[in-house]
Amino acid sequence: MGRIGALALQGDFELHIKMLRRAGVEAVEIRTPAQLDSVSGLVIPGGESTTVSRLMRRYGLDKAIRERYLSGSLAVYGTCMGMILVCSDTEGDHDLAQLGFIDATVERNAYGPQVESFESDIVIDSVNGAGPMRFRAVFIRAPKVTRVGDGVKILASHAGAPALISQGLCLAGNFHPELTDDWRLHKYFLDEFAARIGD
Amino acid sequence: MEEKGTMRVKIGLAEMLKGGVIMDVTTPEQALIAAEAGAAAVMALERVPADIRRDGGVARMADPNVIDGIIKALKEKKYEVPVMAKARIGHFVEAQILEAMGVDFVDESEVLTPADEHFHIDKHKFKVPFVCGARNLGEALRRIGEGAAMIRTKGEAGSGDVVEAVRHMRAVTGDIRRLTQLPDEELMTEAKNLGAPYDLVKYVKENGKLPVPNFAAGGIATPADAALMMMLGAEAVFVGSGIFKSEDPATRAKAIVDAVTHYRDPKVLAEVSRGLKSAMRGLDVSKMDEKDLLQTRGW
Repeated sequence: MGRIGALALQGDFELHIKMLRRAGVEAVEIRTPAQLDSVSGLVIPGGESTTVSRLMRRYGLDKAIRERYLSGSLAVYGTCMGMILVCSDTEGDHDLAQLGFIDATVERNAYGPQVESFESDIVIDSVNGAGPMRFRAVFIRAPKVTRVGDGVKILASHAGAPALISQGLCLAGNFHPELTDDWRLHKYFLDEFAARIGD
Repeated sequence: MEEKGTMRVKIGLAEMLKGGVIMDVTTPEQALIAAEAGAAAVMALERVPADIRRDGGVARMADPNVIDGIIKALKEKKYEVPVMAKARIGHFVEAQILEAMGVDFVDESEVLTPADEHFHIDKHKFKVPFVCGARNLGEALRRIGEGAAMIRTKGEAGSGDVVEAVRHMRAVTGDIRRLTQLPDEELMTEAKNLGAPYDLVKYVKENGKLPVPNFAAGGIATPADAALMMMLGAEAVFVGSGIFKSEDPATRAKAIVDAVTHYRDPKVLAEVSRGLKSAMRGLDVSKMDEKDLLQTRGW
């Protein structure tokens, strides 16, 4: 498997890089379209969606990521803000650089102010063929998935809302595995998504 | 089981702000300019530090109407940026009010007039996360021991002079580097000398970093200032008076956001530093009276 990048415009990309390295892969920060050429997978971290949308557009990264993804040469994992950006729609009218890799609608910051942020156990269906997996999920001013299209797989839910979803070469979750010591989801992304990209 | 207000959830929001710019705003209009420019969060205030310094008198928590106005304006325009607000050092009731209002982060700030000359707020008692200023490692670890989920340099707020933020960031990172070299038997004495909790001193020795994000604040006025702080080890940057006391706030705000992302790339920094019109005028901190310094507030 080739190198994996973490989009490093703004947000908690460093924690993702640490997790990817622990999961056994070379991981690098991505700030420009040229840097994207060297990776076969990309993690879009948590952060502020308006900030990252503006920076993605300004430096041509939204276009570059979309081209690579649509050509089948890039797997993508979005957490929290990253989930918003990989989905096709948001509730309300936002000018965000959404990539549309997963046919789903999300409501941003759906749980209220930071005092409503929380952590909770969720159960993820059969990761790496190992059967259901209990996972400590940390939700920080999290988005909520309000609609999924027909081709979207729901891998885990919290309180009735999808928490981990996938379609094609894209995985997305509204919680933060990188805030825990549990790198099984990063490993899952590497094994089941990034590994499908030819070197 | 769902748990709210855990240390992990508090620090989690600080992690999400990394690589970003937190901008002081005093009106809904400024908040929208900041959000449009790509602020990772805004700090809702009645007056920016430069004006607090100029006006004198007792500086207190902002009127809840000012903070609400900013929160509402952002929501109406569909910006979901976190909103921070300042409470006086030791004024836990101001902090309770801010928490009840749904502020996302409380800054227990030396920019306001301290309410308690001996004790900071017991931040563990709150669900809302706190950020506190520090000038050195001992001060940073005392605040973390009290429950702060983020540390920022104090710098010298409202001065437009970055020299104090540089001094404080170098002091913290220098102390961290030194700690990592110490043998275990010296840690207890080091904890005594720093005036810091032993467990946190041990954590810093073992991990080579603070257990919470470490941001820069106090006197940052230009994209180059912001990039300098990132190069010195800051993980994000607060800009107080530097944006809305400058001639062209919207352009400067965007330039500082770009500079914090591309802080290692001087070509980008050159590009975004062009044609920004005048920066805030500023005050040379070395010529200021000791009694006018804000950074000496807190202990």
